Amino acid sequence: MSEHALGARGALASPEPIRARLPRVNLSQYRRFISPLVIVLLWQAASMAGLISPRTLAAPTTILASAWELVLSGELPRHLLVSLGRVASGLAIGVTTGAALALVAGLSRLGEEVVDAPMQMLRTLPFLALVPLFILWFGIGETPKIALVALGSAFPVYLTLFAGIRGVDPKLMEAGKVFGLDRRGLVRHVVLPAALPSGLVGLRYALGSAWLSLVIAEQINATAGIGFLINDARDFLRTDVIVVGLLVYALLGLSADALVRAFERRALAWRPSLVKG
Amino acid sequence: MSDNRAVSVRSLTRRFGTNTVLNALDLELEPGSFTALLGRSGSGKSTLLRTLAGLDPAPADAEIRVPASVAVAFQEPRLLPWKKVWQNVTIGLPGSGAKARAERALAEVGLNRHTEAWPATLSGGEAQRTALARALVREPRLLLLDEPFAALDALTRIRMHALVLDLWRVHTPTTLIVTHDVDEAVLLADRVLVLDAGRIAADIPVEMPRPRSHGDSRFVALRRRLLSELGVEAEVIREAA
Ligand SMILES: Nc1ncnc2c1ncn2[C@@H]1O[C@H](COP(=O)(O)OP(=O)(O)O)[C@@H](O)[C@H]1O
Ligand SMILES: [Mg+2]
Repeated sequence: MSEHALGARGALASPEPIRARLPRVNLSQYRRFISPLVIVLLWQAASMAGLISPRTLAAPTTILASAWELVLSGELPRHLLVSLGRVASGLAIGVTTGAALALVAGLSRLGEEVVDAPMQMLRTLPFLALVPLFILWFGIGETPKIALVALGSAFPVYLTLFAGIRGVDPKLMEAGKVFGLDRRGLVRHVVLPAALPSGLVGLRYALGSAWLSLVIAEQINATAGIGFLINDARDFLRTDVIVVGLLVYALLGLSADALVRAFERRALAWRPSLVKG
Repeated sequence: MSDNRAVSVRSLTRRFGTNTVLNALDLELEPGSFTALLGRSGSGKSTLLRTLAGLDPAPADAEIRVPASVAVAFQEPRLLPWKKVWQNVTIGLPGSGAKARAERALAEVGLNRHTEAWPATLSGGEAQRTALARALVREPRLLLLDEPFAALDALTRIRMHALVLDLWRVHTPTTLIVTHDVDEAVLLADRVLVLDAGRIAADIPVEMPRPRSHGDSRFVALRRRLLSELGVEAEVIREAA
């Protein structure tokens, strides 16, 4: 095995430095950013030429300036914190509930019968359609907003984790049993680690779903949060602020995804693709 | 145990639907003996082994006695991919000092440099040696091997044969190896059993000093006899010879 690895490295040893010296490789990494950059430049030029009215879409430079102002004035951080708080509470509730239900349904037949059928029925419902009911139930304060985020994130976690638990290789279960693991040991050392990759995929879906829920929830009569910032800007025709809000949503989504990926790399270090790649 | 049998099975019958796989089977193994179990594919070898391992429930009318400590190695290594090699070896072992024991067992199978590796990085032979270490670290009095080398290449298999014999000499567990490879059976075991129609159809002692060679005339004769017990036609043997 080690000889094989050495052989492979030896074979690669000569072409590798040559390829590294060629600038073409580096260029291709940046090439994919060229076209977005050109679009932004064209946008800027069109705005300066008066082809795009600021009421339709503000110029990139205006957007940057507004973003900077919003940061300095403390307005953006304040709204950001409110939105983050909603997502964090909603996710905490949703992920915990989804995971708990998946464990109940995944680890016992009775649990599956009680939990899985209603979950499978509910998941066909587009959860955003529940907004009117949520407003009736929870009013227009923070509760319906957090509840919507929680609902949106619970289902992906439930579905993927349940599937992961049920997909455990029975041969590994048998090996665990024959080497002396009791039921608790099997769950801890075999079932849960086996279901983790699938559960983490679910967590990433849950994050995406949580941001979407937040955007919708913040349209409900909010007095703070990124959604409020956007709605407020709409009333004053401030397209620059609206775009800043959209950019913040995008950045939040990206960083949350990056966070889960980083966690995956640590928690799933054993996976063949990560081990060898 | 009142007598000196390490394993004692009486009238073990096992059915799957209408398919009677084991039919009032009797089996006895001497303590510390090395026995090979041959049989055609589907003859019930794994079923018998699984019953001895306690993986399948024993039928109420059968009488089965096995030692308290039984360890198994399967055809596939069945390592937990999310546990490092040494953690796979200690799985289910209680108490502290488990890691040191795992390291000793891994050194015995020649894997001392892989204790911290992930199973995904092991070759087939290394993974199967880890599985052997996992079985041995429990100091089993009965070691059950279900075609453990069937998936390995020929050269690795030869090395594994030597390793298993070494480990058996040092630890002296009663060993039962299931195989469909007649050569493997004759090479390793003191006694070869042939499972057919749900019973032990042949029980043949192997009286040859180790290390054994394929060229030995006793080896050739025994091999021929076992093949015919397994129902391989005489012409096929003659052609192959
Ligand atoms: N869990 C099971 N359910 C139904 N049939 C089974 C089961 N396990 C084994 N069998 C049947 O029992 C027979 C013997 O199987 P097995 O012991 O695995 O054979 P071997 O290991 O000798 O190849 C086969 O016909 C197989 O299909
Ligand atoms: Mg088998």
